[in-house]
Amino acid sequence: MDLLYETLFNGLAIGSVLVLAALGLAVVFGLMGVINMAHGELMMLGAYTTFVVQNIFKAVVPEALFPIYILVAIPLAFVVSGLVGLLLEKTVIRRLYGRPLETLLATWGVSLILQQFVRSVSSAFALGLLVTVVGGLLIPRLTPKAWWHQRWTPLLGSGSWIGSGLVGIVVASVLGQQRVLDQPWFSARNIDVTAPTWLRGSIDVGAVNMPTARLFIIALTAIALIGVTWFLQKSVWGIRIRAVTQNRSMSSCLGIPTEKVDALTFLIGSGLAGVAGVAVTLLGSVGPNLGGNYIVDCFMVVVLGGVGKLAGTVLAALGIGVLSYLIGSGSLLLVWPAMPAGLNELITFFATTSMAKVLVFALIVVFLQVRPAGLFPQKGRMVEA
Amino acid sequence: MKTLSMRQASRALFGGAALLATSVSLVACGGGDQTAEGGKFDGEVKVGILHSRSGTMAISENTVAEAELMAIEEINAAGGVTIDGKKLKIVPVEEDGASDWPTFAEKSKKLIDQDQVAVVFGGWTSASRKAMLPVYEAKDAFLYYPIQYEGQECSKNIFYTGATPNQQAEPAVEWLLKNKGKDFFLVGSDYVYPRTANTIMKEQLKVQGGKLVGEDYLPLGNTEVAPIIAKIKQALPKGGVIVNTLNGDSNVAFFKQMKAAGITPANGYSIMSFSIAEEEIAAIGPEYLEGTYAAWNFFQSLDTPASKKFTADFKAKYGEKRVTSDPAEAAYAMVYLWAKGAEKANSVDNAKVREALIGVKFDAPEGPVEVQPNHHISKLVLIGEVQKDGMFKILENKGVVKPLAWNQFVPETKGFTCDWTQKRPDAGKFKM
Repeated sequence: MDLLYETLFNGLAIGSVLVLAALGLAVVFGLMGVINMAHGELMMLGAYTTFVVQNIFKAVVPEALFPIYILVAIPLAFVVSGLVGLLLEKTVIRRLYGRPLETLLATWGVSLILQQFVRSVSSAFALGLLVTVVGGLLIPRLTPKAWWHQRWTPLLGSGSWIGSGLVGIVVASVLGQQRVLDQPWFSARNIDVTAPTWLRGSIDVGAVNMPTARLFIIALTAIALIGVTWFLQKSVWGIRIRAVTQNRSMSSCLGIPTEKVDALTFLIGSGLAGVAGVAVTLLGSVGPNLGGNYIVDCFMVVVLGGVGKLAGTVLAALGIGVLSYLIGSGSLLLVWPAMPAGLNELITFFATTSMAKVLVFALIVVFLQVRPAGLFPQKGRMVEA
Repeated sequence: MKTLSMRQASRALFGGAALLATSVSLVACGGGDQTAEGGKFDGEVKVGILHSRSGTMAISENTVAEAELMAIEEINAAGGVTIDGKKLKIVPVEEDGASDWPTFAEKSKKLIDQDQVAVVFGGWTSASRKAMLPVYEAKDAFLYYPIQYEGQECSKNIFYTGATPNQQAEPAVEWLLKNKGKDFFLVGSDYVYPRTANTIMKEQLKVQGGKLVGEDYLPLGNTEVAPIIAKIKQALPKGGVIVNTLNGDSNVAFFKQMKAAGITPANGYSIMSFSIAEEEIAAIGPEYLEGTYAAWNFFQSLDTPASKKFTADFKAKYGEKRVTSDPAEAAYAMVYLWAKGAEKANSVDNAKVREALIGVKFDAPEGPVEVQPNHHISKLVLIGEVQKDGMFKILENKGVVKPLAWNQFVPETKGFTCDWTQKRPDAGKFKM
């Protein structure tokens, strides 16, 4: 019996990380159909936000309050990743709706840019970037109205971006001469996010040992899930989101501002990625490559669950969690000690973390052969379906 | 008249702009030229530096590259490498291996063919070394590799300045058997170093009376450790010895989750790591590692004048908060060894340096080291315990140990040796 509880708890623990990481993607990819390869990098930004909050707490806030820094980091990470996601939607993804392959390539590019950004960002770099963005946005607005009806008007926009970009580069390189301003904020190194002490221990429930960090993540996942479900089912904007994802042109005819809905959906999906980023700092290392460790798993979960259904995402993630724990830890052998010799050897062979991963992948592939649309296929009045 | 003045004005503007551009470029050049000090050197010799400056291994490899650059700077400040009475300035050419093994091979080709470097200092993971090895053998070029590794290799074209298993893993296992317990659980990253190192340790445990209770491997970059923790708890419910050969940032996940699950020194678990030095402790956080063990050939806390000078110089160059470590020390020493070998050979030619280098001695920060005929070096063996401040307390000093490239515990390589001073076709691996 203990073994059963232990398996369930550990499966839930692994699964809840997957749910949390994939939840944002389930919204963005599942509901909007956008293949966002930069999802992992949005998580990474959430993790870096946690790092910044932790350091601010260390520096200015009284020590007694330090343990709650992680609670402050969660909403902040949501905001940071959400805003970056919004920017991404407004600048890149908006222009690529209905073109999945281009979206895939563009967001892949964005993920590389974000990774390199956290590696090389320094005060000089950030100021240069600020000058570029402000210049690019302001110059066209400050120019005389008459210029806006010339033959060369289209050049004005790109010209002002190129011009302010050049100025930005000059600013960054001139300021970069100053050693203080040239120091990278994070550098390519991994950074140390230390969990507060209350998340470093564990509690024993019966014979099962539950690390508090895992319990925290499970609780956070549950809250995020309830929040998202409530938002999508009950709130006005949530209903609009569902309407738009089911039938865009009809929703538009009925007066739903689809552009705003798209932006909002993407913001929420990205923000959830940020929250997942906070959670994974409790488990693993934080570095520019953090996203790459999760992106494959996230897509796997969403595809297995059935695109467009949150319940599918949850079930798929928990299923993968329990399965990979059962195989990887070799618990099957304990459940059934009198197993035939051949089977016994087979299970022992797969009872390492890396082989378990292979087997789980193989099982998913087989499953998707039988049910290509995943656990909960989207039924009904979809335009594409 | 009017057009003329316009033209003049524009010419003046253009000239002004040109002047401005020149002055900017002059300013830009000003910084780089100061160190050249015309006339001090009679020539240059290019060397390659090839480490991961990005990706999962960057956490570790940056320091190694920095130690190499520091050694080069010191040698140059002391007059460079003297060949035929001519002072040559060492000019480093840096490349990024990007934690991607094929990239290491590709960049090696670039350094050898395009930059025509005399030698390449590089690599960290054995996977990267294995990827580079064919390139250096095919081009008869030269790689210096500074990291402790699994042995079972002895290339004519590589000099290994990190520890072989008999200079790190084997003494560590002996120490654990003697002081900490007989039940061993092995955890490693899933690639060539941990797998080979664990094969050796398993053979050693058989011979020396230890017991293997389990082993597991984590793919590089994986952060989900729950199944491994469950296995450790099943295999060692009351504590025991865990030998950790994880590499890179999986270590962070491993120690964070172990601590959360109560697998800690306080609960009777002795954890020995082979890839965690001062640098990694700072990145993982000493609070997760306090009380665990490591075996290395150099610790920053090593109390000798040479060690203290090395650490002080490193901090002066890269910042007070930085720490030195065994890989950095080995990397630093190998640049000096190469320079000494080249001066002894009176040439930077590969074939000549290769012969001259054997027997070269150097007072490294860890103490005197000497290049052996098997292209490895003799090293001091130390066992330490992680303290609260992220430094090691040295528990045992096993003295200077000579390297064995082919392991004597593994049946397949028992009795084999490597000696590049011998003129035989199988000098890399032959029966003693």
